Amino acid sequence: MSYLRADIRQRADELVALYPERRSAMLPLLHLVQEQDGYLSEEGMAEVAELTGTTPAEVRGTATFYDMYHLEPVGKYVVGVCTNIACLLAGGEEMLEHARATLGCAVGGTSDDGLFTLEETECLADCNIAPCVQVNHRYVRTTTPAAFDALVNDLRAGKREDEIPPHGTLIRVRRSGGLRASRAQIATERDAAQSAREARAGGAK
Amino acid sequence: MAHLTAPKIVSSRAQFDDSHTMSRYLATGGFSALRQALTMHPEDVAAEVDAASLLGRGGAGFPAGRKWSMLRKAPVTYLVVNGDESEPATFKDHYLVEREPHQLVEGVTIAAYALQVSQAFIYLRGEFALGLERVQQALNDAYEHGALGANIFGSQFSLDIVVHPGAGAYICGEETSLIEALEGKRGFPRIKPPYFPAAIGLYGQPTVVNNVETMSNMPWIVTHSGAAFAALGEGRSTGTRLFALSGRVKNPGVFELEMVKNTFRDLIYDPSLGGGIVGDKKIKAFIPGGVSAPWFGPDDLDTPLGQDEVANKASMLGSGSIVVLDEDSCVVRAAWRITKFFSRESCGQCTPCREGSGWLERIMYRLEHGGGRREDLDLLLDLCDNIAPGLTWPPQQTTICVLGPSIPSSIHSAITMFRDDFIAHVDHNGCPHD
Repeated sequence: MSYLRADIRQRADELVALYPERRSAMLPLLHLVQEQDGYLSEEGMAEVAELTGTTPAEVRGTATFYDMYHLEPVGKYVVGVCTNIACLLAGGEEMLEHARATLGCAVGGTSDDGLFTLEETECLADCNIAPCVQVNHRYVRTTTPAAFDALVNDLRAGKREDEIPPHGTLIRVRRSGGLRASRAQIATERDAAQSAREARAGGAK
Repeated sequence: MAHLTAPKIVSSRAQFDDSHTMSRYLATGGFSALRQALTMHPEDVAAEVDAASLLGRGGAGFPAGRKWSMLRKAPVTYLVVNGDESEPATFKDHYLVEREPHQLVEGVTIAAYALQVSQAFIYLRGEFALGLERVQQALNDAYEHGALGANIFGSQFSLDIVVHPGAGAYICGEETSLIEALEGKRGFPRIKPPYFPAAIGLYGQPTVVNNVETMSNMPWIVTHSGAAFAALGEGRSTGTRLFALSGRVKNPGVFELEMVKNTFRDLIYDPSLGGGIVGDKKIKAFIPGGVSAPWFGPDDLDTPLGQDEVANKASMLGSGSIVVLDEDSCVVRAAWRITKFFSRESCGQCTPCREGSGWLERIMYRLEHGGGRREDLDLLLDLCDNIAPGLTWPPQQTTICVLGPSIPSSIHSAITMFRDDFIAHVDHNGCPHD
């Protein structure tokens, strides 16, 4: 019985089939768990372990390396404010302080209503529109306190959901083409090759 | 005077708001280079890239053609595109993946054909949500158009490209770390040798890793010839390059300029480029190639934007990102923030980087926020010397990858150029600008 919802599980199976080795799907699969649960749930990570042929400990050990994964529940909107060099020179620290006051949560914390989590980020590669703010990894380009407040009001009012989906949803464009016709065939070939490699490696997993 | 007559090679569709769509791409010559390449022998396509003398646009500036030729002796290969763009103040690949995704896909397909690779991966940093969607859409468009997949445009060549999202880690821009992430592991850089994934890369197989901008040059090189590309620029720095300008300038942005023909002064001050310093203040310093690079001062403004020209002045053009500090900018705060970044992003494998970056950050913090001491300057330089012995440029390396030796650049530059500012912070017991 799959913990992941049927539609998410189907996308997960498609992802695994794209790679020569199953474990390569680890990062995109973890993004899918976050899309379903908003963070990396234990059950979700266990299913990723099953999908990638690893253990839950290996999944967790991999996930903790990467900033975008949350191992605890976070707000529906994760607000990231950059304070790295280009943003620092454009008032990034002041924007972070303004965001903290406006959202009513500490940096790294979540607002009481569970709507917002605030993060201080490293460079987000949008340095010509500084200070850079992302919400759920969408560039919102609010460089003034007034623009930031207007955005927050919109999000509180449930607007802009098309533009900024709930936290965890990363890629909404589904892959619609591929090299080989049968994904089942790819998966069969890959698993056979992987078994052969493991056998050659002395049977030790 | 800025030299602005060179063609736009990778940003030719900048005037179109719909430059990311297949219809615009096809209406502006899209995929004609791929059709042409498929009529050529793969080695002849590779020869054009070699003739272009294209230096990799990621940061290290290694000749793309040489990366390819090292690989082409071996049979089984993968092509991996590095779109992890995370060097602070670098945002030119961001432009290319969001605004020119089909150009990237076509470039990757041409390179894969030249290398006779049937599987390619485009690794994009996870924070590029829109870029990931646009590149996936471009891949879908290309499959539907017959420009990707089985028997591309009726030829014998087949290719599959997978777009792979990262998940937030600066170090994954290091190519062996990127491969680890692509294998589904923690992004730890691999021990060298082997120095290049061309020998042992993805799944232990020979792998070429090239940057997004490097790949985006391929269609133009095929259409106009490697010689035409090499005719632009000077010396080893051929062609054009995207420069990302940020900081205290009136008009920050991404500008495609012919290599070497323009100087930092042109980029920062020309009305059609940076437009000068905000408030017409004086420039205090600028970082010439990403925060890993040693800083330049006003006397270096007339240095040409070329790889060797910058290297000859003991810094690097690196990732092509220039950050400008004006007379009111606090250099101690700037160097502290850059050090904090390296401390956060150190992967933790090597002691000099893992421990050194944290120690340096805490000393810089107390200088900026109060509690700094005069002897901290010597302590900082001594610690820097332990991470990159001799504090030379290019640096000596004590670590698996080059993140470690990049840490001292900002502190060493700031103390050397602006020692009085540090003393003022000690005397004021914190930042005098606050």
